[in-house]
Amino acid sequence: MSLILDHVNYIYDEDTAMAHPALIDVNLQIPDGQFIGLIGHTGSGKSTLVQHLNGLETPTSGAVYFNGEDISDPDFDKKDLRSKVGLVFQYPEHQLFETDCFKDVCFGPKNLGLSQKEVELRAYEALKMVGFPDEYFYQSPFELSGGQKRRVAIAGVIAMKPEVLILDEPTAGLDPKGREDILGLIKKLHDEMGITVILVSHSMDDVADYVERIIVMNKGRVAFDDTPVNVFAHYKELEEIGLAAPQVTYVMQELAKAGFDVNAQATTLEQAKNEILKAFGRC
Amino acid sequence: MLRDITLGQYYRTDSVIHRLDPRVKLVATFIFIISLFVVKNFWGYLIAGVFLAVCIKLSNVPPKFIFKGMKTIFFLLLLTMVFNLFLTPGTALVSFWKFTITYEGLKMASMMAIRLVFLITGSSIMTLTTTPNNLTDGMESVLGPLKKIRVPVHEISMMMSIALRFIPILLEETDKIMKAQMARGADFESGSLIKRAKSLVPLLVPLFISAFRRAMDLAMAMEARCYRGGEGRTKMKPLIYQKRDRIAYGVLYTYLIVAIAVGRILF
Amino acid sequence: MIRTDNLVFEYIRRDEEGNVEGITRAVDEVNLDVKPGQFIAILGHNGSGKSTLAKHFNALLYPTEGKVIVDGMDTSNGEYLWNIRQEAGMIFQNPDNQIIGQVVEEDVGFGPENMGVPTEEIWERVDESLRAVGMLDFRKSSPNHLSGGQKQRVSIAGVIAMHPKCIIMDEPTAMLDPNGRKDVIRAARALNNVEGITVILITHYMEEVIYADKVFVMDKGKVTMEGTPREIFSQVERLKQLRLGVPQVTLLAYELKKNGLPLPDGILTREELVEELKKIKNVANT
Repeated sequence: MSLILDHVNYIYDEDTAMAHPALIDVNLQIPDGQFIGLIGHTGSGKSTLVQHLNGLETPTSGAVYFNGEDISDPDFDKKDLRSKVGLVFQYPEHQLFETDCFKDVCFGPKNLGLSQKEVELRAYEALKMVGFPDEYFYQSPFELSGGQKRRVAIAGVIAMKPEVLILDEPTAGLDPKGREDILGLIKKLHDEMGITVILVSHSMDDVADYVERIIVMNKGRVAFDDTPVNVFAHYKELEEIGLAAPQVTYVMQELAKAGFDVNAQATTLEQAKNEILKAFGRC
Repeated sequence: MLRDITLGQYYRTDSVIHRLDPRVKLVATFIFIISLFVVKNFWGYLIAGVFLAVCIKLSNVPPKFIFKGMKTIFFLLLLTMVFNLFLTPGTALVSFWKFTITYEGLKMASMMAIRLVFLITGSSIMTLTTTPNNLTDGMESVLGPLKKIRVPVHEISMMMSIALRFIPILLEETDKIMKAQMARGADFESGSLIKRAKSLVPLLVPLFISAFRRAMDLAMAMEARCYRGGEGRTKMKPLIYQKRDRIAYGVLYTYLIVAIAVGRILF
Repeated sequence: MIRTDNLVFEYIRRDEEGNVEGITRAVDEVNLDVKPGQFIAILGHNGSGKSTLAKHFNALLYPTEGKVIVDGMDTSNGEYLWNIRQEAGMIFQNPDNQIIGQVVEEDVGFGPENMGVPTEEIWERVDESLRAVGMLDFRKSSPNHLSGGQKQRVSIAGVIAMHPKCIIMDEPTAMLDPNGRKDVIRAARALNNVEGITVILITHYMEEVIYADKVFVMDKGKVTMEGTPREIFSQVERLKQLRLGVPQVTLLAYELKKNGLPLPDGILTREELVEELKKIKNVANT
């Protein structure tokens, strides 16, 4: 039982004229090892939510528990929490600051107070893990391409060996191949390191192929929390809150309506293909 | 913390003062400051105080809001008062241990305090009732004559208005980078002064890089929209004096004359 | 409207000491011809040279070799500089970094002010431009309080107010969420259809180009593919090689075809796919 949110409310800019609720009665359980997609459009509260998970924000009311401990407790070690719940921000390459990539990745583990040897070992492993080419290790991070910079930034968080890895819009601004590469990398991290991954995105298409659970946020509330198939079945409601199910969902729904013998719940390209081929007796 | 500073903030409401031409308000602030330094006696300050009170009343800005801004300069105020109180020589009033409070010191301290409070209240009325945009436009126009001696007035005011536009963006960005580094275990709050200064590197480097990138982008966007300096530019909102502005000038000069007469000559 | 003749752009790479490390050819012998009123899309992965190319259309960059002609004016002729920048407006990627004004309407007026348009006409232009992108209600707002998509629409209004013949949009949606993306693309299409403004859209979102009249695909500074969206998207394997994807529906149709269903090449929308599948089913039933 890794992370629990219990009736979490968060009011943004409390005590000012601009006060407005960013999170309203959020209850979630995030068990170890899950691969979760957190979906919502800008302003839905999804970014605020993930900042509660590693103690960057504190709930106005309600509580967040990590391994059974209340993280707002004064005795609770927040620094330790932040190393166990790694958060990769949107456009993480904007946080790079060191003169070379390797040093930048060392920043996180060094802050944990590890020995120099351990720090370097972790940085090396992390960079290897994200598939960063050796020859760029000692190059300035500012000379890299967008995709490579992002890998360095992700490695910077992985080097802290988190148990939960949260990525806020990790594919923003990348081209299609770059997006695919980063999503593939995240899947690999989940599979090989056995860690919990929370992928924050505003695109259903991005997450549908990868995650086992989707949490949809809308206006500060959890609107849906289920498997992709069950969430996408609500495609009409999703549209109402300004999100869309993946394109194939629509195709399958329309085909089912037109009398095709297909399972309309297919959410991935692969499933859709197999369903349609089956309907035509080609499989 | 940054939210508490009301100095230089705009208070959105409607009033005569809000509607005045920014040039009038700039000149008024200038005249008010001059009057504060010219007058020498209690009656002069009384007139300045009344003038100020009338302006506050007319501006429709809640006095509470104005004085909230004072909190940030309270320390400065206290310091000036203490210095004046103890370090002015003259007739002793009270004395204890090594300190002596003199009659002159008391007078000096209270005058300094009144001056400072008036000065800050006066200039904050200007900023509270004038949008930053209007203010830069007004500056450009008031300082216009300086162009003749090659002061880049247009460029300065353009820079100011761009700075004002980007301050909130950069503040937000600072917050974001800070959080991102805290997520990597950075500690901005504890440790010795040197350690804390060092801990700012991971914040400042990305912030500068981002600011430079924004500056480059903005320069390109401005060029693409045919920006080529102040030459040959027209204004969407040109400043034109209305009747109320002329009346305001009249009131202003009357005030200055009265304040000088009362505060310096008559008594 | 815009023509390039053997356009080449090179820049010199330098190391930290300023020594020349080498020369990079960012744009390599590009020949384009964009007709007035067209909706053109330029596709390419990051670093393919598409943004560098776009900056030539607005005389922000000048060719190393070859020529760029905008509405009959050679961009390397300094005399035409301001005319070119007025006729070929430009929208950039980052919504924050191209808004100059602190109030929406003032930002839209910035271009006309620079051009020396009389005050009254500026107001007219600001009104009509904000209306064209559906942002009239926000005219008094601060740009800082708008969403990314709204900011980009303000930027578009800022360009329209200069009465351009052509708008070049350099990845205008890269930093937006799906709703913002939709709004911006809708605004761009409306400008093209209603006002007849030529639009050149640079992007790597495949879904955004299916309405274009013509698509150019760039790789390593060269134009490697050109044609209608249908022609381009029928070459799925080629696009994948170029680090690009295809819209999910097109990909599904492609996969189905590979598995033996008699579908036509380059299906673009889900309606099309459903229709085609129905046809096949009817044939099979009869």
